[in-house]
Amino acid sequence: MSLWEYANPTRFMRVTGAALPWLWALTALCLAVGLTWGFFFTPDDFRQGSTVKIIYLHVPSALMGINAWLMMLVTSLIWLIRRHHVSALAAKAAAPVGATFTLIALATGALWGQPMWGTWWEWDPRLTSFLVLFLFYLGYMALWAAIEDPDTAADLTSVLCLVGSVFAILSRYALVFWNQGLHQGASLSLDAEENVHDVFWYPLLVCIAGFVLLFVALVFLRTRTEIRARRIKALETRARMSAA
Amino acid sequence: MIALLARDLRLAIRAGGGFGLALAFFLIVVTLTPFAVGPNTATLSLIAPGILWLGALLACLLSLDRIFALDWEDGALDLIATSPLPLEGAAAIKAAAHWLTTGLPLTLAAPVLGVLLNLPPPGFLWLALSLALGTPALSVIGTFGAALTVGVKRGGLLMSLIVLPLYVPTLIFGAEVARRGAEAQAIATPLAALAAISLACVALLPFAAAAALRVNLR
Repeated sequence: MSLWEYANPTRFMRVTGAALPWLWALTALCLAVGLTWGFFFTPDDFRQGSTVKIIYLHVPSALMGINAWLMMLVTSLIWLIRRHHVSALAAKAAAPVGATFTLIALATGALWGQPMWGTWWEWDPRLTSFLVLFLFYLGYMALWAAIEDPDTAADLTSVLCLVGSVFAILSRYALVFWNQGLHQGASLSLDAEENVHDVFWYPLLVCIAGFVLLFVALVFLRTRTEIRARRIKALETRARMSAA
Repeated sequence: MIALLARDLRLAIRAGGGFGLALAFFLIVVTLTPFAVGPNTATLSLIAPGILWLGALLACLLSLDRIFALDWEDGALDLIATSPLPLEGAAAIKAAAHWLTTGLPLTLAAPVLGVLLNLPPPGFLWLALSLALGTPALSVIGTFGAALTVGVKRGGLLMSLIVLPLYVPTLIFGAEVARRGAEAQAIATPLAALAAISLACVALLPFAAAAALRVNLR
């Protein structure tokens, strides 16, 4: 019994098929509890008023925007090294989900920035590097869409993902150098002295769990779709071959 | 390697190579800038380093699809791949040829065009130096992008979408050197970072480009 057994598409389909309903249920539960708790049962911040509640959407989606890319990096590496097709398809499936989370983080950030900073957008390193990350997602998805042969596409996008990761990190630090920030520093670190107050922290934790589950469920669903599409294509090819 | 370099340079310079196109594009971008922002010399000298960097970057981008596309179409790329020269070396040579025909002329032309944009006098040296250091990175990153998209029909737009985000760090540090140079501030930090990016790109990206080429030639 090892992790690699799930590289077998049939096995992957069976396990994820069984797991998905539970995943969806857990996702719905976490999001419902976390968002309701966060939106209706936490106090307003003494300075920010009720706008502080955007945190329950903003922080989890920003986290997942970055972690989705990280997951794509890992699955791309697995594809390049061990050539498991499920891995490449999972990377392909994760890209639009990650891009959407990045977009949600940018949009909620703008909505939050307007009342708090008096501006929708500021060329702050954090904001800008998220925008750059979004551009990386766009390039990655465009490359997948442009190449017809699935293995070639998987190889090239994997290489792009590796190189892009290096450049994304490089951009992040270049942007810190480039402009002073308006965005606050990390306030959820485990080792920091001052963090978000527990009243906001616990519902936020539930929301983060909900977003992680949502991401996993969406990636499973999309990977299953990709596997099915691949099978249909193979069946069609076989039918054409036998007809000819 | 030298034969390949000489061949690419000859192809670029002779008819239809588009040798002067990047320079002409650069000139046009610089000419259009005052039309867009107004002829106020104070404004122009403020934005001159950034505009010159951006113009050079876009001019560089325009000529990227020539790096592999023609060789791909007529099959020369297969011959290069089967020759004793490692594909990594070929990719590096292609990038060098692109730099010699695009990056170097742009670097030399930039101070002249700086006059048009009323670049402050201390900025000329640093602008040229930052472009000289930064354009090799642009060429190598572009070679990687071109290698990724060489199999795609009309991949120019796709390549821009892939390459431009990769240009972000180079542009930031390069334009920062030029801006600080123009304002006579300390430039050591961004200059060192720009040099580091350029050297690292030149050292590592030919391997990525060769990997992409191998996939495309499979």
